[in-house]
Parts: sequence; structure tokens; C-alpha cells
Amino acid sequence: MDKRHFSFVVAAIAASLVAAPALAQKKYDAGATDKEIKIGNIMPYSGPASAYGTIGKAMNAYFDKINAEGGINGRKIKFITLDDGYSPPKTVEQARKLVEEEEVLFIATSLGTPPNSAIHKYMNQKKVPQLFVATGATKWGDPKNFPWTMGWQPNYQAEGKIYAAHILETKPGAKIAVLYQNDDYGKDYLHGFEAGLGDKAKTMIVSKLTYEVTDPTIDSQMVTMKASGADVFFNITTPKFAAQAIKKAAEIGWKPVHYLNNVSASVGSVLVPAGLDNSVGLISTQYLKDPTDPQWANDKGFLDWKEFMAKYYPGGDLKDGSNVYGYNVAQGLVQVLKQAGDNLTRENIMKQAASLNNLELPMMLPGVNAQTGPDDFFPIEREQLIRFDGKSWVRFGKVYGR
Amino acid sequence: MNTVDRKWVVLGGIVVLAALCIAPFLVKNFRVFQFNLVLVYAIAILGLNILTGFNGQFSLGHGAFYAIGAYSAAILMDRFGVPYWATLPVAAAVCFVFGLVIGFPALRLAGHYLALATFALALAIPQLLKYKLIEGWTGGVQGIVLSKPDAPIEFALFGQPLSPDRWLFFFSLAVTILMFVIAINLLHGRVGRALIAIRDHPIAAAAMGINLPYFKSLTFGVSAAFTGVAGALGAVVVAFVAPDSFTVFLSISFLVGLVVGGLASIPAAIFGAIFIQFVPNIADEISKAAPWAIYGIFLIVFMYLMPTGVMGLLKKTWARLRPAGAAGAAPGQR
Repeated sequence: MDKRHFSFVVAAIAASLVAAPALAQKKYDAGATDKEIKIGNIMPYSGPASAYGTIGKAMNAYFDKINAEGGINGRKIKFITLDDGYSPPKTVEQARKLVEEEEVLFIATSLGTPPNSAIHKYMNQKKVPQLFVATGATKWGDPKNFPWTMGWQPNYQAEGKIYAAHILETKPGAKIAVLYQNDDYGKDYLHGFEAGLGDKAKTMIVSKLTYEVTDPTIDSQMVTMKASGADVFFNITTPKFAAQAIKKAAEIGWKPVHYLNNVSASVGSVLVPAGLDNSVGLISTQYLKDPTDPQWANDKGFLDWKEFMAKYYPGGDLKDGSNVYGYNVAQGLVQVLKQAGDNLTRENIMKQAASLNNLELPMMLPGVNAQTGPDDFFPIEREQLIRFDGKSWVRFGKVYGR
Repeated sequence: MNTVDRKWVVLGGIVVLAALCIAPFLVKNFRVFQFNLVLVYAIAILGLNILTGFNGQFSLGHGAFYAIGAYSAAILMDRFGVPYWATLPVAAAVCFVFGLVIGFPALRLAGHYLALATFALALAIPQLLKYKLIEGWTGGVQGIVLSKPDAPIEFALFGQPLSPDRWLFFFSLAVTILMFVIAINLLHGRVGRALIAIRDHPIAAAAMGINLPYFKSLTFGVSAAFTGVAGALGAVVVAFVAPDSFTVFLSISFLVGLVVGGLASIPAAIFGAIFIQFVPNIADEISKAAPWAIYGIFLIVFMYLMPTGVMGLLKKTWARLRPAGAAGAAPGQR
């Protein structure tokens, strides 16, 4: 082989080495092109849960910001968000519209357990990612049976485990009373809590009572639990019953260490009706920065969020944690898309979503992260405990969770 | 209706039917699914129209019968492996009985009071479905996920296969036609005249020998059965039922569909169904901030332009376009 020939061959090999991955890199499924990535979303802009609709608006505003700054790897995001009014049949209709007509690459952060349940099977049959759903049920992290669905926020079981860990640390000899709503949500929490206590669950839990959503009050359960002699109370109730429980405990003079599930940790809708004095000492959890908490006033993450709100979502309420939620989950999605690079197939989206490595986002509490793996479809599992001081929630102790 | 009219009706019917058979192959599966829901709602509104439009009894609770129909179908399919088509008659029977049970005490209530009593039913149903004792069957808050039935034959038109959605559309179409034929036969005869007489003047109707309690409670049962069939069909089409699917708003939607379509008219149900299916989507596209405000504006404009519903407007237009001599029959109808 003479020199000229040799260099030609080398050049050809080099070219093929360079060209082959370049060709393989750009891969698209429906919804992705050189210029655009289409993301679908379903939110209750109307109906009973419309207060959460602002999550969709905050996400939309964040993608506006990303697009204004040049998009992701040169591609703009087209965020198509539709209203389902929190009605499952409408969710099915809107999901089908997004997948079959709009041809989105994936659906992200659709809100609510019943609406997501309605499209769970459909999305997995169609093999379209149902990514970062906005609900705390544990069933979204089931990669074996539903490889196209993934949760986002800490799930109820993980939260239950955190309370269990704290009890074991601080009060190993506790006698625990549990009150839970008799449905999947309540059982999810209880399951995680008992798993967290381990072998000790049987001896430590001295009273385990339920109520129905249809019950008018839970007064008799409270009295029974007091009589059981329990000194720790795990309160797995929705806002109305949570307020009743806190109030009743004060009325009957029962003063256990009171753990309140995050579902009802709202000052405005639970603690105020229950009486702020009665609520002092309650323990719950948090994983996002509370925008009303003065300690973040000079925090970079908070200031960035505030600036973003002023510029891209001026109508949004700065006191509403849902706007933090939307911002935070949109940042998570952007991370997934960045990791996916030019391989924008649905399969790769799931693969990237399942390989988040210690992702810390600016509005998460310090130490909280999103972490996933092929068998771990629960992105956020760390939370910090908070205690109510009569005015607001105060963080204390370490960050719990995996 | 004279013979000339009938000929046109038959001809028009054939053309419409042919169009309906071809249409699903021209659009995407998702659109077929939406058309399917229109058919389902049309049957439900027809059921409500029999009660409210023809018999003058108000119901704000037909969403409850829809829910009972849907759950009957879902439980039969999920727990007992009954084929989807066989659930419809069962849903009809169950809802007929429920309708009678509700309708019987309703005899003592009239007008607004009946409306409130049925409203209470609509409020109660989503919560009752979560009740502990029946949770094993209803699936509680999580509801029941169903599988969509496959088409029994393989077939393609314009290169589009007969997908489960398209197959279900034809199935729903057949059920809809059957239900409309039943309604026409029921209402365009002695029974229909009796119902209208009860609505317009109950005392005179009783004086003419019409058994008021008998007819009124039976109407309630039949109306509930129609809506129950719609619910069962809806469950099969959507392939999911949950308590949140059947909130009070569903009942209100049926009433909106009924009034927009036109009271006491059988074809009106179709226009009402189209309205409640598509107008919320249009409203959502116009504004994310206040979709219901837009919906409200649509509703007001509709009612202002067509105070007697779509059918009222069509009838008026038809009466104007027809040769003057043939118009004599029109005033008798409402």
C-alpha cells in the first residue's frame, strides 16, 4: 500500500467512525424534530381541583423562559396543556388527543390519582411516557408492570417511613395510635409507616383506627385512641378531618407527639380552622422551599424563582407552593431532555428519566434530591421534618429518606 | 307527517347512516373516540328528555343513573367476565329498578322539590361508590380499569383498519339507533300522548283516565334505564370508571345538553350531546384561566339565539322554508 492509498483508507475509516455515531445520535419519535419537542400535559383548570391548575401555568411559564434562552440543545419546547376538570373520562379523552392528534413525545405531570389511573394502562399500551405524575400514590413507581409511568414527588409510603424512623430515634418505647382514611391513600401511608417500624410495628402500635370519607366526624375515634394510652399519634387524614382531629385532641386533653401527614400540612386550610394554639408542636414533612418562609428571603434559588415569576408568570401567586412545584418539576423535565441529547425517542426519555443522579434543584430543600434507577421509579424520596411553632412550620433535624 | 315528508326522512336517514359508517375511517382514532362519546351522551340526554321534556318531571340527578349503569357494566366485566355487549341489558334493568325506587317517592314531590331530591342523589352517588362494604366490587376511589374489546372481524377501509375504537363506534351507533327507535315508538303513540298530557295538565289527564302514579313512576324507570344504558356504554368506551367520573357536574351537563338541544324532541339529544362534548374543549382552547366563563358565554349566546334549543330553531326554519299550505301541522308541536 503506498502512502497516498494508506492515508485515503485512514481518512475513510476516520470518516466512518465520525459519521456513524453522528447518524445514530439523531433519533426521533413522534413529537420531536430538529427544532421542537412537544410535551403534553393535563391539568384541572376547571372543576373541584382547579386550585392546582396553577402548576400547569407555572410549568408553561418556565418553558417560555427556556425557549427565550434558546431552548434545549437548540430545540424549542412546545408545551401543550389541556384541561380535564379532574374528571377521569375527560383525562382519557385529553390524553388520547395529546398522543394521537398532537403527537407529543410524552405526557408530563398530569395531576391527580384518579385521572392518572384512568390513563395508566393506555399510556403503557401505547408506550408513551407518563412522566413525573403529580400525585403521591406509590403505584406510579412500578417499572416491572408499568415501565412507561414514573412519579415525581415523595410518595406516601416513603413519607410514612420517615415518621417511623424519627419515632424509632426519639421515642423507641412509644405507644402509637394511628388514624387513617380507609382507602388506598390511607393504606399507602400506613403500609410505609409499618414497614419503617419493622418488627416493632406490632408492639408499638397500640391503636389503629379508620374513618370513611363519608363520616361526619372522627370524635369517637379520637376518644378511643386517647383511652388506649398512646403517647404518639400518627394522623393520616385529609384536611377536613385533620382539622377535626387536632381540635378534638385539644378538647379532650390528649397531648401525644402528633405527626400529621404532609397532605394536610396547610396552615390556611387545616391549622387555622383547628386553632393555631392547638397546632403548636405538630410534626410534618417538607421537601420544597416554602415561598412564605422568611428564611429563604436571601436564598439564591428563591430569588431566581421570584424573578422568574415576575418576568414569566406575573399573574401567579407568590404565596402559593404550587407555583414552586410547577417550577421545580419543569426543571426536572429539562434535565431529562438535556440528558437525552439528540436521541429523542420515547425509550430514551424513560431511560434518562430513570438515570437521574443526585439531581439537586434550586427550590428543593438543601439535601433533598431526585435520584432514579432502572428499578427505582421514585425520583424524590428525601424529606425534612418540620414542626409548627404557632405561626409557621420550622424545619428541624436531618434530611430523611434514601 | 305526510307521505312526502316520510320519503325524505327515510332518504335522509340512509344518507346520514352511510356517512356515519364511512366517517370513522376518515379521521384518527381519537376523533372516533370523541364521536363515540357523543353517541353515549345522546342516549343519556334522550333518557332525561323522556322524563323532563315529555313528562315534565325535573331531574338534576341523572348522572347518578349514568354512574349506576357504568358501574354495573364495569363490575360485570371486571369481576364476572361478562362480555361487554351483554352488560347493556343488565345495566338497563338495574337502572330501571333504581329509577322506579327513586321515582315512587318522587310522586309526592313536584317541580322544584323533585329537582332538589334528585340533586341530592347526584351528590350522594360518588361518595356511596366509595363505601366500605361495596369497595371490593367498586374498587373504591381507584375505580376499575377495563380492557377495550377488540373488533370481532378484521377489516379495513381507505387503508385504515377496524380498530377497537372504530368497532366500538359501530357498536355504539347500533345501540344508539336501537334506543332512538324504542324512544320513537314509545313517545309517538298512546303512551307518549299520555306523558305529554300529564306534563301539560295533570288534572285533565287524570280526568281522562290516565293513571298518574303509574305513568309517572314508570317514566322515571324508563328514563333511568336509557341513561343507564348510556352509562354502561360510556364505561366500555372510556375503559375506566371511578367515583370522580360521576360528580354532580355530569348531571348538570346532561341538563345543559337537554336544554341546548331542545325539550320534548327526540333528535334534539344528538345536538345536546355534541354541545356538551365539544364546547368545553373549545372553551379550554380559548382560555386556560377561565374556561368555564367562556363556556358560560357560549351557553348564554346559545340560549339567546335559540331559546327553544337547536331543534326549536330547526323546526322554525323548516316551517318558514316549507310551502305555506303544508305548514298547518306545525303549531301543535312544542
